[in-house]
Amino acid sequence: MQAAAVAQAEIIIEPGRSEQNYWRDLWRYRELFLILAWRDVAVRYRQTVAGAAWAIVQPVSSMVVMTVIFGKVAGLPSEGGAPYAVMVFAAMLPWQFFANALSSTSQSIIGNSGLISKVYFPRMIVPMSSVVVSLIDFLVASSILAALMVWFQFLPSWRLLTLPFFVVVAILAAFGPGLIMTALVVRYRDFRFIIPFIVQLGLYVSPVAYSSAVIRGKLGEPWFLLYSLNPMVGVIDGFRWAILGGPSNLSWPGFLASLLLSAVLFVAGVFYFRKTERVFADVI
Amino acid sequence: MADVVIKVENLSKKYTIRHHNRADDGLRHAIHNFATAPIRWLIEQRAGRNGQSDGNTRHDARSRAEGFYALKDVAFEVGRGEVVGIIGRNGAGKSTLLKILSRITEPTDGRARIRGRVASLLEVGTGFHPELTGRENIFLNGAVLGMTRQEIDRKFVHIVEFSGIGKFLDTPVKRYSSGMAVRLAFAVAAHLEPEILLVDEVLAVGDAEFQRKCLGKMKEVTRQGRTVLFVSHNMAAIRGLCPRTLLLERGRLIQDDRTERVVARYLDRNLVEGAIVSEQGIAERVQRSGESDQFFLRLKEVSLMDEDGVARTQFRSDERIRVGITYECLQPAADLRISVSLVDGDGGPILTTQNVDGGPNLRSYHLEPGVYRSSCVFPESLLGEKQFWVTVNLEIPRDERLVLEKALGFQVTFIGRDGMQYITHKETFLRPYLEWETVTLRTNPVSGEVAS
Repeated sequence: MQAAAVAQAEIIIEPGRSEQNYWRDLWRYRELFLILAWRDVAVRYRQTVAGAAWAIVQPVSSMVVMTVIFGKVAGLPSEGGAPYAVMVFAAMLPWQFFANALSSTSQSIIGNSGLISKVYFPRMIVPMSSVVVSLIDFLVASSILAALMVWFQFLPSWRLLTLPFFVVVAILAAFGPGLIMTALVVRYRDFRFIIPFIVQLGLYVSPVAYSSAVIRGKLGEPWFLLYSLNPMVGVIDGFRWAILGGPSNLSWPGFLASLLLSAVLFVAGVFYFRKTERVFADVI
Repeated sequence: MADVVIKVENLSKKYTIRHHNRADDGLRHAIHNFATAPIRWLIEQRAGRNGQSDGNTRHDARSRAEGFYALKDVAFEVGRGEVVGIIGRNGAGKSTLLKILSRITEPTDGRARIRGRVASLLEVGTGFHPELTGRENIFLNGAVLGMTRQEIDRKFVHIVEFSGIGKFLDTPVKRYSSGMAVRLAFAVAAHLEPEILLVDEVLAVGDAEFQRKCLGKMKEVTRQGRTVLFVSHNMAAIRGLCPRTLLLERGRLIQDDRTERVVARYLDRNLVEGAIVSEQGIAERVQRSGESDQFFLRLKEVSLMDEDGVARTQFRSDERIRVGITYECLQPAADLRISVSLVDGDGGPILTTQNVDGGPNLRSYHLEPGVYRSSCVFPESLLGEKQFWVTVNLEIPRDERLVLEKALGFQVTFIGRDGMQYITHKETFLRPYLEWETVTLRTNPVSGEVAS
């Protein structure tokens, strides 16, 4: 029996003590994590007429606008032999996921302040469950990608099988900054106003509406490496590489730079979150 | 106490209060501190080199932050199966103690060891989501309180039965009446089966009937040999449930003894508190309810005075006692009802009077925004030699209701009144001067005369 095993364990409460069993606690509270994630998903589209279709409307309409403006009007090139719409949508998926995850995680702790101030659990469960919601939206929107491919009769290559890896990278890239923002928002509500701004600018800074090859061509390799420090550059390029197939356009140094920075932000995020979560109940 | 499950040693919790406006507490303050750090450092360096320690600069930043101990050097032990009450005034540190023991917040100093699975019940309905149905909320709330999925599955039927929400099980909780939501929430909480249960004031919800049911359930829980720490202002509940009680005052544990003794001391201490509750004291304790989101009323002061307008807490039974209530009306109110009740130490009602009852100064209770003071006078020769508390209730029907339970306490010394022969039976709550008359119905003949 689990309860019996726990009964033997002695909880010691001391200043600075809560760190020690953190990861074990996180595992022990997995059921709460799942149920919070389920709650967020279940509640998200309650009392809406269109329901989960909203997860599709946003990326699709953005995709249409971008394809017309950047593909048709500006005449930017696509990647490989893929239709411009497919190329944009392959980037829109991870970008939307990133933007949603960042916004919702950063609000998650204050959105659950009732829980935070009344019940103990590893606080990281809350932003984690927000990521799950964004991930579900991502999966729903992915169906549109499949539909687009059928429409344009575009056949993906074996590389599509590597997509889950890039999804993991996307989660990593979103969760790190998300954790930092979550912890900052709890103390300084200012960051609530900064996030929409980051998301808005990020859309243009990241190669969503255009191919990163365009940037690479214009800026040259060294500057492109700098450009790749934006974690989403690596994620988006990875998605395109996996989905669009064709001649490889993934710049490995750029991708590794993105990956490295994602990892650094992730570790920093976990560290900062852990450091500040102890006072969440006091400052929320 | 062979089997100690909770051992608390020198536990302290310090909060920092900053004395500047709220905007500064945010990012600007942090950035300002960060940006000026090099300059401060330079100033300090130079000051140091010049040999004159510029205490002011450094002191300035520090004196703004002031420590406040919500809990100070608290130590006690609780054995397995013990049920311990925790009482004390608002701000005494009761809730902080439970929050530390349930790991919501960290202590600043000291340590606590806990053996066994802990569940804390600091508020019923924690984690309820209005959009979800009753059924869904049972699972959500159960998980939040630390039950496993199988556990909830197993108890589901009992939870539904206890709550009595029956056919509304698949209705979103936002469509429930507040009473139903509370019943459902308590039903979930009541089926927790941890080894150690931390309970804070959760019985103070729902109607009297439901409260009785809750109390019954609590008794059942304590009989099952669980360890319970129970925070409450309800002395009757504390007496009924806990053989042992801790009394906290200003963050310190000042008594740890059998419940009757601790409660008696607490009530005594509470009584000398003063004859006036100020706005801050009210803000800490007032309970607000109402269907409107708007605020109509703010209770500013409650006071006890004698006929000369002197604030007092000790009265003789031949004196009149004036209860004054000062309040601000924030929006035009059509109908304001104020009631003043005298209650006993457990909050049990003794008598109630209402402004709309009338009297010579009856006026329309339509109020324009402004500050008002209403008062009522308890006549002499009404109360017995007891301790009384005053509960104040302001209500604009349907919109807002403010209740300040046991706002003030006072003591009456019964001294009788001219013409009273014997002052006995004085320790009853009411000892009014009533008119007595005796009429002779029949005089019996003296027994000796009958025999002859």
